[in-house]
Amino acid sequence: MTDQSFHELRLEGVSRRYGAHHALADLTLSIKGTEFVALLGPSGCGKSTALNCVAGLLPLTAGSIHLDDRRIDTVLPEKRGFGMVFQNYALFPHMSVRKNIGFGLRMRKLSKADATRRIDEAVALVQLEEHQHKRPGQLSGGQQQRVAIARAVALQPPVVLMDEPLSNLDAKLRLEMRMEIRRLHQDLGLTTIYVTHDQEEALSMADRLVVLREGEMQQFGTPEEVYDQPANGYVAGFMGYRNLLHLDVERADAEHVVLAGPGLRVVGANRGEVTAGRAVAAIRPEDFVVGEVDGNALPVTVQIAEYHGRELSVEATTSTGTKIYFRTQERVAPGDELTLGVPRHRVLVFGTGGADEAAGTAEAAAS
Amino acid sequence: MTVAVTAGGRARTTSLRHRLAERGVDRTLLLLAPALAFVLVLFIYPFAYGLQLSFTPAEGGGALANYREFFSDPYLRNTIWKTLGLGLPAALLNVLASVPIAYLMRGKVRGKRTLTTLLVVPITLGTVLTAQGLLMYAGPAGWLNKLLIVLHITDQPLPLVHNWTGVFLSLVITGFPFAFLLTLSYLSGIDPSLEKAAATLGAGPWERFRRVTMPLLAPGLAITFTLSFVLAFSVFPSAQLVGKPAGQTRVLSIAAYDAAFQKFDYSMGCAIAIIMAVVMLLVIALVMVWRATLYRGSTGGKG
Repeated sequence: MTDQSFHELRLEGVSRRYGAHHALADLTLSIKGTEFVALLGPSGCGKSTALNCVAGLLPLTAGSIHLDDRRIDTVLPEKRGFGMVFQNYALFPHMSVRKNIGFGLRMRKLSKADATRRIDEAVALVQLEEHQHKRPGQLSGGQQQRVAIARAVALQPPVVLMDEPLSNLDAKLRLEMRMEIRRLHQDLGLTTIYVTHDQEEALSMADRLVVLREGEMQQFGTPEEVYDQPANGYVAGFMGYRNLLHLDVERADAEHVVLAGPGLRVVGANRGEVTAGRAVAAIRPEDFVVGEVDGNALPVTVQIAEYHGRELSVEATTSTGTKIYFRTQERVAPGDELTLGVPRHRVLVFGTGGADEAAGTAEAAAS
Repeated sequence: MTVAVTAGGRARTTSLRHRLAERGVDRTLLLLAPALAFVLVLFIYPFAYGLQLSFTPAEGGGALANYREFFSDPYLRNTIWKTLGLGLPAALLNVLASVPIAYLMRGKVRGKRTLTTLLVVPITLGTVLTAQGLLMYAGPAGWLNKLLIVLHITDQPLPLVHNWTGVFLSLVITGFPFAFLLTLSYLSGIDPSLEKAAATLGAGPWERFRRVTMPLLAPGLAITFTLSFVLAFSVFPSAQLVGKPAGQTRVLSIAAYDAAFQKFDYSMGCAIAIIMAVVMLLVIALVMVWRATLYRGSTGGKG
């Protein structure tokens, strides 16, 4: 359906400042045609700012945006022609579903027959035939979302921008729409930039994802890369490394680091060229096992055990009160004393650098 | 047998109460009583009394004598056109002028609070003080005319007061802030992302305003116009003070006042007041009929 194919959407040093505050600092990205890229980060990390800059709704403070050889950051949003799906859908409440979808076609002054045909296609694409003459107010949230998507793709835009489109839907619908959006992306050969604070959404939908923090890019890679090899403690915290232990470096070589703290000693893989001083050990709750592994033995007391079907999600504390989160299939109960082990290569050691915030925001996003 | 009947009867009463409650009829309705009494004593009764009075002319001649006299006497009849000739343009200008200004100020604008505060001042001053100010400022020996003469824009003082212009200016000064504040609140109720969406769909500034903002704002403008019109239509102090109450700006309220308190013909005064209400209601009805054809649902914003 897309006839405006291109090779590369390039962001070069894109920055956006509000007074002294950097909402987005020096973002450089290259997005290939037909790629699905997710911008991931907690609220206030600059991901929506980046999207609005690409759409042309926010002027850049510095930098430039290019579509192949054409510089587009100076082009007005109405001339840029990127489709956008808003978090609150932003459907025109006084127009029917068909009129909403046809709005862009009308602005392009398409002939009536052409417009009708393309509206029909777009309506069929999102399966809203029954509802096409209703107004947005008469539709459910999921249906409104479909209209918003149909409206954004009806113009066959070179790039579709989505700003947390699923955040107002309930959990079940979100899973359905996730697949639907991915299906549309593939079937129509779209190039999609998708903003979300939900790491699961980003990992499951995107070809590549950008992790942002306070306006700065932390990592840009495929879901596998970001999930398995987070670039730093912050990304690790966002990718499900819920345990971020700040400890002193006891010994370090190129491969391994031994960290120690009150009542704790961990051996892990050196991921941040750590040599001495303080460091962060990032461990996923599901990598812990009961009993010593690879010389890692953490004595803990179980505080809270949540039932999650096959396994329990447990909050435990060390003798000095450091919280450890782990998952286990064993039936532990509050008050139990255990020794936890974790394979060395599953402990990622990074230099200190705001990893705690990430864990905090990731938790907030998950809850 | 008797027992069964009583039980059945009780069941019926409870179900009646239940059915009434479902339609919102229950004891909380009693809370309306004070308001109803207030409206009845201070509005319905005086209105009915006045209506009745208007049909009992002081000099006899049948129930409709006052109305017949009003419509057969061109001096009286023309007060309708004079009032409309002031109220309609003033209300229209107030609404039309408030749209672009409110549109520019709908977002975060520096000094927005200062400006809105400044605009509220004329409302609080009231028409009499405004009229006084106008007389001093725009009168034949006022600063405005002096300045215009000094600048050689005119060699004679412009007749800005004691005529239609004076009353019109006064209605704009007192009515515009009101229309502006209402329009601004209607505009801020429209979700700003709608215009952004329209922009990404290829609509330029004018198209965005015409196809998205204006249709959503129009019902609010209808209300704003109606209220502005009612305010301007019942003009009395400024018509008396900065107008020409015997001629150009002899509006309905002045005619009614003259009849009732100069000629002591309360009956005629009431008849004119009723005519005034009917004309006002006709205009409002027209506007509301137009408004009914518009989209009046949610505008997506917080408002």
